[in-house]
Amino acid sequence: MKTDAIIIGGGLMGLSTALHLGLRGVKALVLEKDSPGRHASGVNAGGLRQLNRHIAEIPLTVAAAEIWKNIRNLLDSDCDVELNGQVRVAETEAQLRSLQTRVDELQALGFYHERIIDKNELYRLVPQLINGCVGALYNPADGSARPFHATTAFRRKAISLGTQIKNGVNVRGIEQIQNSWRVETNQGSFSAPYLVNCAGAWANQIAATFNEAVPLTPKAPMLMVTERLPPFLKPVVGAVGHKLSFKQTQNGTVIIGGAHLAHLDLEQQRTEIDFAELKTSAKTVTMLFPHMASVRIVRAWAGIEAFMPDNIPVISPSAKADGVFHAFGFSAHGFQLSPIVGHIMAGLILDGKTDLPIEPFDIRRFQMREEHRE
Amino acid sequence: MEHHQLAIIGGGPAGLAAAAVAANAGLECVLIDEQATPGGQIYRAVNTIPKQRATLLGPDYQCGQKLIDQFNKSGASYRPSTTIWNLNSQREIGILHNGQAALLSADRVVIATGAMERPVPFPGWTLPGVMTAGAGQILLKSAGIVPNDGVVMAGSGPLLLLLAWQYMRAGVNIQAILDMAPQNNLWRAMLHLPRALFVHHYILKGLKYQLQLRRAGIPFYKRITDLHAIGNDSLAAIEFSDSKGKQRIETSLLMCHFGVIPDSHLSRCTGCKHHWDPAQLCWRPVTDEWGNSSLDGIAIVGDGSGIGGAVAARHAGRLAGLESVHTLGRMSTNERDEEARADQRWMADDLNIRPFLEALFRPSPTLLGSPKDETLVCRCEEITAGTIRQALHAGHQDTNQIKFFTRCGMGPCQGRQCDNAVSQLVAHELGVEMGITEGYRIRPPIRPLTIEQLATLQGVDEDK
Amino acid sequence: MSSIFRRLEEPDMQWINIDIEGKTVRVPVGETVAAAILASGLHSCRTTPLSGESRAPFCMMGVCFECLMEIDGIPNRQACQVQVKEGMRIRRQIGTGEEYR
Ligand SMILES: Cc1cc2nc3c(=O)[nH]c(=O)nc-3n(C[C@H](O)[C@H](O)[C@H](O)COP(=O)(O)OP(=O)(O)OC[C@H]3O[C@@H](n4cnc5c(N)ncnc54)[C@H](O)[C@@H]3O)c2cc1C
Ligand SMILES: Cc1cc2nc3c(=O)[nH]c(=O)nc-3n(C[C@H](O)[C@H](O)[C@H](O)COP(=O)(O)OP(=O)(O)OC[C@H]3O[C@@H](n4cnc5c(N)ncnc54)[C@H](O)[C@@H]3O)c2cc1C
Ligand code: FES
Repeated sequence: MKTDAIIIGGGLMGLSTALHLGLRGVKALVLEKDSPGRHASGVNAGGLRQLNRHIAEIPLTVAAAEIWKNIRNLLDSDCDVELNGQVRVAETEAQLRSLQTRVDELQALGFYHERIIDKNELYRLVPQLINGCVGALYNPADGSARPFHATTAFRRKAISLGTQIKNGVNVRGIEQIQNSWRVETNQGSFSAPYLVNCAGAWANQIAATFNEAVPLTPKAPMLMVTERLPPFLKPVVGAVGHKLSFKQTQNGTVIIGGAHLAHLDLEQQRTEIDFAELKTSAKTVTMLFPHMASVRIVRAWAGIEAFMPDNIPVISPSAKADGVFHAFGFSAHGFQLSPIVGHIMAGLILDGKTDLPIEPFDIRRFQMREEHRE
Repeated sequence: MEHHQLAIIGGGPAGLAAAAVAANAGLECVLIDEQATPGGQIYRAVNTIPKQRATLLGPDYQCGQKLIDQFNKSGASYRPSTTIWNLNSQREIGILHNGQAALLSADRVVIATGAMERPVPFPGWTLPGVMTAGAGQILLKSAGIVPNDGVVMAGSGPLLLLLAWQYMRAGVNIQAILDMAPQNNLWRAMLHLPRALFVHHYILKGLKYQLQLRRAGIPFYKRITDLHAIGNDSLAAIEFSDSKGKQRIETSLLMCHFGVIPDSHLSRCTGCKHHWDPAQLCWRPVTDEWGNSSLDGIAIVGDGSGIGGAVAARHAGRLAGLESVHTLGRMSTNERDEEARADQRWMADDLNIRPFLEALFRPSPTLLGSPKDETLVCRCEEITAGTIRQALHAGHQDTNQIKFFTRCGMGPCQGRQCDNAVSQLVAHELGVEMGITEGYRIRPPIRPLTIEQLATLQGVDEDK
Repeated sequence: MSSIFRRLEEPDMQWINIDIEGKTVRVPVGETVAAAILASGLHSCRTTPLSGESRAPFCMMGVCFECLMEIDGIPNRQACQVQVKEGMRIRRQIGTGEEYR
């Protein structure tokens, strides 16, 4: 079979890239060692958050939010998107001032999607929040979606546009043969002129085959979910003073996260819940939402995700190999970015450029540092 | 963190025997069980029950007292009414007692959590008035509560027959017993009969129960298919087919039973290796002759490692106890082997009955692999077989993808009631019945824990 | 509707009073809530949050989670795993147990 591009990794980044290539008539082959969405993409918290992102990500997150708003246009599925806003709670005046500083900074750059809300509006939005909070950072256009449904929708749409997806195919080696990349796997070899590295927490292993060392750390953030509760909360809640992401889903369950980490055995692809860490998470919840104390936790789990030291991803052409592109290292906030990342990647591959500012995500930022040190 | 040399989880015959052996040999050992009294499923409440009720339950039940006496004398410490909600590969154990959660650790852990009844979805199985025979037996053993108006008992397996016999002795009106084992089971079982005759007392006991039940005039229906429980808000009748055609019995209570399977949530939660057993039709941990799992220092014995019954569980418990004493340096290999010999022999003898029973009581493949589209498979999230088939044919070709996509198995029971059914349905649809490779990934807490209980968890370094 | 369960007559039982659906009911010490409600004639212990259909205790050993009830004002408790206590208040749980949160 002739393929235009091989994409390593059937998570959201790989599938979104395949989909956007498909929209432009290019047929990709996605190689996934497990099954699509088996890792970070299928098990994340589903938060669609522009709020409080790294400044470098703002143009991307804003563009992605536009797509999520009408996600059915892209995916023929609404992925259970709900845009009821996200708030970042300030418990003290000092915290509120720091949020104000951020809003000022964004406005100076021409972005108006985040704003400060006062106490009254905060308690109107989050009536069950403990008394005494002073205000919050707020974006009414944020929200959440169901990650596995989104992954499925990306997969189906990509397939309908000509993408081929192979499950259980583990990429073990890569060679350049003339103008083509040949990928060796446990199920034979595949060749294509373009190669895209969307291998999530394993992407550094792929990058290493091109001599592109990247300081990627695989980590396993944990989430827990409660029994069903009567509806009490619309927006997703975070807090300046705590590691917390707290939201009630449409079915009534509450998903609690906050980047607390599980024990990870990457080799075995096994995560083990660290209940000492989750205790902190539970304490935060009982502190901010006392009515949750008697609510039962039904399940805790972790997803394996790639973290970069600066907490922003690598989205760039390879600096060392022609026809090779990278999109990885989303550091636990890539779900929201996924529709725009595919768009950027398709642009990079087919036009050699993109309409969004991606310089901060260049892979050379790490290579320069390495060389500097030498 | 509180630390023990040996922690044993489950106070049935396997756990009690393991604890007694280990403590007698001088190991510091704690036995943790969520029931208020020792005995496990078979000997539930045996040391607190009124005498009259114990007599009614029969001699096999009462003999549990001896095992409990041995345990009490051994000096093992005992934590009743304590639920285990997590065990990880590092042998950290999450317990909950009186609303207080804590983490413990141990040099060795023996999991002896026993069995649960095989959940088998059929139309109407969620109606009030339908419950398992095990549930009926628990009501009888621990509370002396029995059916009032009458009861229909349906399914296959020794427990169904035993409970019917116990009910008969308690004067319960048994309206009918529906035998749902397929016809050819008997022939398949005959192949294993010679081996089974080594332990013919089991067969004689079964025949005795049947004979006495028939003499009492209780109607038996054979080779039942198409069982339906019918009613609006609670059970009103059951319908089924047998050789005479379609039948209907008005009843307000149906007790169903399709054999028992290991309660594997805790062992699967640790991450040790498991395999699908095509004879017992369930997940079993991979263990060696001493019960050691694929994880260092974690053993699994008794019905929790594969169904062998109470006698085999007791011997397996003793073997795991000896192995613990050995690996913790208090017994040489020779001594262990010497001590183990009798138990190994008795256990092997006793297990001779299993292939016969497994073949005789094996539920029908149609019942397990192809429930009708409208049958609820996941009781908690109310997911039908039809929805699962749709997800499957839309490209979600393993149980975990189906779980993510449909929420099947994500409700409060954490998949205990639908895990096997979904595995078998998927395997049937894909035509790989014998080679089931994946069940749900089991996530802790395996028993619910409140946020407050987690927030006040003891035994962890404060805010490290 | 008559009760589908009854108690065996046994001597020397110790009894306590609990409240089931607003009625005072005499039950033996040490019994589980699920056993107590079944013996008291309550056929179903809850309705589901999804379709609203009635459910009743199914396994009595803590593995099916059908016996979720509101016990002393706290919803979603496993009635087959909780022992009765003098004065305990037990309610059928409607859906997620809205009224009690
Ligand atoms: C617990 C958790 C909560 C999160 N919550 C949020 C949130 O609320 N909002 C948000 O925006 N983001 C969130 N994220 C982050 C988000 O999930 C990720 O950034 C995003 O899914 C990354 O997608 P990916 O495609 O890069 O990675 P993945 O989904 O991990 O996909 C990479 C794929 O590559 C495959 N692969 C790797 N190596 C090979 C190989 N050699 N051969 C073949 N295949 C290979 C892997 O099997 C994997 O499926 C969360 C992440 C986690 C873990
Ligand atoms: C409902 C039921 C009734 C049965 N009745 C009979 C009978 O009458 N006669 C017969 O021959 N066989 C009966 N059996 C079969 C029975 O499984 C075995 O014969 C025997 O009890 C197995 O012994 P065991 O020690 O392996 O496990 P069990 O006797 O089942 O003991 C396991 C113990 O572990 C405890 N436990 C489980 N999980 C946890 C946890 N997470 N935390 C804390 N404690 C936990 C349980 O409460 C239980 O006390 C029954 C099985 C079931 C499921
Ligand atoms: S009746 Fe099954 S958990 Fe209580």
